[in-house]
Order: sequence, then structure tokens, then C-alpha cells
Amino acid sequence: MPPESASSANPFRSLSRRRQIRDGATTGLFATFTYIVLACAVVIIGKICFDGLPVLFKAEAPFVNTEFFTKKTMTLNQFYTAEGEMVRMDNDDYLAFKESNPDAVIKDHKAFSYAGGGIVGPLVGTMMLVIVCMSAALFIGISAAVYLNEYAKKGRALNAIRLSIMNLAGVPSIVYGLFGAAFFVHSPFFPVFTHTPDLEKALFTIPLWPTDGYLSFQGWGSSVLAGGLTLAVMALPVIIAACEESLKAVPKGFREASLALGATKWQMIRTAVLPYATPGILTASVLGITRVAGETAPIMFTAAVAGKDKLPWEDAKGSGLYWLSDMMTQSVQALPYHIYVVTGKLPDDPALKDMQYGSVFVFLLLVIGFAMISVYLRARFRNKLKW
Amino acid sequence: MSDTLPILDSADAPHIATNETIINIDDLSFSYDLGKTNTLRNISLEIPKGKVTAFIGPSGCGKSTLLRCLNRMNDLVDTAKVTTGKINILGQDINASDVDAIELRKHVGMVFQKYNPFPKSIYENVAYGLRVQGIKNKSILDQAVEESLQKSALWSEVKDRLNDSALGLSGGQQQRLCIARTIAVKPQIVLMDEPCSALDPIATARIEELIAELQQEFTIVIVTHNMQQATRVSDRTAFFYLGELIEYADTQVIFGNPSKKQTEDYVSGRFG
Repeated sequence: MPPESASSANPFRSLSRRRQIRDGATTGLFATFTYIVLACAVVIIGKICFDGLPVLFKAEAPFVNTEFFTKKTMTLNQFYTAEGEMVRMDNDDYLAFKESNPDAVIKDHKAFSYAGGGIVGPLVGTMMLVIVCMSAALFIGISAAVYLNEYAKKGRALNAIRLSIMNLAGVPSIVYGLFGAAFFVHSPFFPVFTHTPDLEKALFTIPLWPTDGYLSFQGWGSSVLAGGLTLAVMALPVIIAACEESLKAVPKGFREASLALGATKWQMIRTAVLPYATPGILTASVLGITRVAGETAPIMFTAAVAGKDKLPWEDAKGSGLYWLSDMMTQSVQALPYHIYVVTGKLPDDPALKDMQYGSVFVFLLLVIGFAMISVYLRARFRNKLKW
Repeated sequence: MSDTLPILDSADAPHIATNETIINIDDLSFSYDLGKTNTLRNISLEIPKGKVTAFIGPSGCGKSTLLRCLNRMNDLVDTAKVTTGKINILGQDINASDVDAIELRKHVGMVFQKYNPFPKSIYENVAYGLRVQGIKNKSILDQAVEESLQKSALWSEVKDRLNDSALGLSGGQQQRLCIARTIAVKPQIVLMDEPCSALDPIATARIEELIAELQQEFTIVIVTHNMQQATRVSDRTAFFYLGELIEYADTQVIFGNPSKKQTEDYVSGRFG
């Protein structure tokens, strides 16, 4: 059929070619921007995986580079042999090598602090920070949300409190860092259990008979506790908001039924509200905590150090409560800060790449792991407690 | 059951004194906004023990509000306030400062419009009220659960699946479970806030049968939108309009020979 006769017979034939072009162009524009975002995501994840995977995995059994997870961070040595071959060695291997080959030729020796060995220190530090942060933030956050949503009288005062909590969410992370440094690190109001109180810093000490230790109000210093609590303060607004949403989603009927059966308010909350809000609370809270666990600024002044030879429990002195107290008041390495150190603080060099991308890759895995845990928790609770 | 005349009733249930008043509302005004406007105005009525009393009236007339005053459910609203008058239940002013709403609610149970069993097992739903009272003894709980389910005509349907989720039951069964849960606490008064409005006619009929049976043991106050239901289940009927009690009399009188024009208009379907 010739096209002319078809078009003349078609009453719905497009009249404006320009309109079609304009429509197509708009769609194309929006699609382009969407694909730009997609490309960014692919490039970022791709680059990290491309450079990070070879650090974590190797060709021969057991295929996983376990040393990267079990060794402490140490200096990386790079040198050229007499044959002109470039060699990179962790410091312990390098020292052993020099001892066994005292007359080996070492040319162009370079040492990079913190860029060798593994990341057990930063991993352990980040885990401890997350545990402290999670314990404090969940406990305080859920309590506050329950109070705001179930107990507090509605009105201006409540709105003002809510507004100020929400405002906390907008405070830049470096401000939390400064606050944490001033409050948790340097102020002497926080006590430690110790056998050897720092009398210059301590506000006062309470001897603890029958042990020969003291409860010394000397502040925590740069420590897991200070850093974890700074992160917790930062996570609180998110957690409180998420908890309130979850509490609001519990049907009013449960509360009324519970009260009508003679439950006290706390019994009602404990048996007819919190169980059904738990999935939402956990999911949102774990995600919120993951978010702050990745922050560098708040722990820079409060907990993190560039390098540490011993893990917190290896370094802790005393026993029992004293040991725990000493462990929690140790400064630690942390993954985000470690990445900052090996990327920002050392002069750029190809030798650093393995440590940089290995750490970033592990960090990403950790974050994804947390997200998966929260999704799993939600699914599990939803199946058990849906209404 | 339109044949529940007071005389027949007392013959059926001789253990219940017919003329005894269990709830005495005296000149009650109630406000949801700290007294700026009164949702209920100067309501006085006496609810007899062992009878079914129905509250009827168009939406927003305050019948549910009054019902929720009777077990102080309105305490949940921060700005709710009794502005004048008193509610005496079993001779005690329930808004007195030394009255604990928790204790009151153990005596005055409530069944809600939308059936709201907890997402727990059938057993745990019925045992809930006893558990919050601190009863842990398994045999006491077992017995109470069975007894309450039997009284609410649910036992034969659920006795083999007490540990299944209550949410697997049909709507009518869920509402009967809510009734079982309420009577497990052994209240003297059971308040029902439109208990059948979310149910189909067959389920409604079963609940109405149940109300007739429960009347042997409990005083029932029921809010209903359905005037036929009021004639079927209640002995006394109170008609409310715009927060005021217009007329309160035997159900036959309200529906057969009301003394107020508004009542007649409403029950004959001219408005509302």
C-alpha cells in the first residue's frame, strides 16, 4: 500500500513533527541523566572491586588472602634487587629477609608507614566502635522515641523537642567530632576503673576496697568509649525518627485493647506496642548506625589513631572490671580513618594502592553486610509478627 | 431478641436483681478540648445491672464518647476532661483521684468496633488480660482460656488450634475472640462499641446470640448504629443527639412509643 493513501486515510496521523521531536528530546534528556547516575555507581563499585578484589583473593588455595585480615598494619618496604626487580615487603618479612640475607643488595629503599600488613586493627576498632555506638544509640534512642510517642503530652513543648532532635541530624559531622573531643575525651566527668589513676587529670578518685584500684574521674581520653558515644550521639536523631515512625505504625487498636484488659501503660508498651514495632526499629536503626559507622570526622579526635601495634584487649592491663575499663579506654584504629591515613596523609605512590583499595573493599563489604542483616531481621520479624 | 421483656428476663436469670443500678451517670458533661466545647452535655442516666443497654444515635452524637468515659478510655486523649457531673460505677465515682483506671478497667471490659486481636496465638490473646495481672500458673490460665472461649461460643471451633495465630480466624471469630479475651478478666460490665459494624450478617447474628447469653453473667452496654440490632439485643435504649441524651427508656418504648419527636424521627428512619 503506498504511504500517501495510508496517511490520508488515517485520521489520527500526527500533525506536528516538531512536537514529536520535542517529546523525544525530553525523554532522552531525562534518560541520559539517569544513565549518568547509573554509570557513576557502576564506575565506583567497579573500580573498588577491580582494585580491591585482587588484594583479598589470590590464585592459589585457600584463595582468600587471610593475612590481610589477620595481620596488623605495619610499614611497607619497597626496594629494588640487584637484578632491578621491584620488591614490596611488609616490615616483619623485610626484617627477616635482611637478617637471613645480610649481604643482599637493596636499592632505592622506600618505606610507607601503615601501608603494609593487614587490617585486623582497623577492623577490630571499627567493630568495637559500632558495638559501643549501637548499644548506646539503640537504648537511648528507643527510650526517647517511646517517651515522645507514648508518654509525652502533645503540644508546643513536644514539637520543640522534636524539632531540636531533628536539627541534630543536620549538624555537620566534624562538629560532632569537636563536641566528642571536648565532652567525652577531655572532660574529667567520665570515670575509669584503674589501678594507677592519673592524678593530674582526675577530678577526684574513689578508692575501691578491697581491691587496690580506684574509680577515677579522669575522663576517657581518646578511646573506643568516647568515639563510640560520639557516633551514638550522631546516630540518635535518625534512630529516634525511625523508632517513632515504627511506633506510629502499630495500630491504635492494640494499645486500646491492651489497656482495656487492665494493662498498665508500661505493660501495654512492652507487650502490645514494642514487639510489633521491633522490625521497623531494627531495620532503620541498623541502617542509621551503618551510616555513622562510616564517618571519619567524629572519630578523628575522639578514638582513632593512625597506627597501633596491639589490639585493645592485648594492651589492656589488670583483670575483670579493670581490664574491661582499660580496654574500652584504649584508642583504636578504625577503617574509615585508616583509609584516610593511607590515602590522604601519605604521599601518593602506587605502592599504597593495595592497602587503599583492599581497605575500601572490605569496608564496603562490611556496610553491605550490615544492610543485609537489617533486611534479614526485618523479613524474619515480619513473618513472625505481621498483622 | 425482642422478647426479652424485663419480666421474662428476671425469670430466666433469677440471680440478677432486676432493678439494681450498676452505673449511675449524673449530669455528666465531657470535653475533648479541656472544656472549650462540650462533646457530651448534662447527661444523666442509670444503667441497670444484668441488662443490655443500647446507646443509639446518629454519628457524632457522643454515644461512643460516653461509652469510653465508662472505662476511662478517654484518658488516652491528653485534652479530654470531664467538665461537670459524675459517673458512679458500683457506687464509686470513677473519676475520683484515688481511682486507678487500671483497676477500673479490670471491672469494666471493652470490645471494640474493629476486631483487634493481637498478632499472637489464640491462647495468648485470651490469656493476655490475666498475664498482665501477673498470673503465670499454667493450669489457671488453661482453665480461664477454655472457660472464656466456651462462653464466647468459640471453643468448639478453635480448641484444636489454640496455638495458631489469631489472625487466621474469620472476622466474626476474631470478634468473638476479642469478647473471650475481655470476659477472661471477669469484668462485671462489658462495654461494646459497635461490635458488629465490621461483620457480615451471619457473623453479626452469632455475636447477637452471644450477647444474649453473656447477659446472664455480665451487664452489657452496647453502642450500635443498627437500630434493628438495638431492638434485638437490648432491654433499655438511650437515644443521643448532638451530645445530649434525648430519651432513655425500655427498648420497646423507644422503638414503639417514644415520647420525644426527635427519637421518633430517628427510629423511624427520617434522619440519621
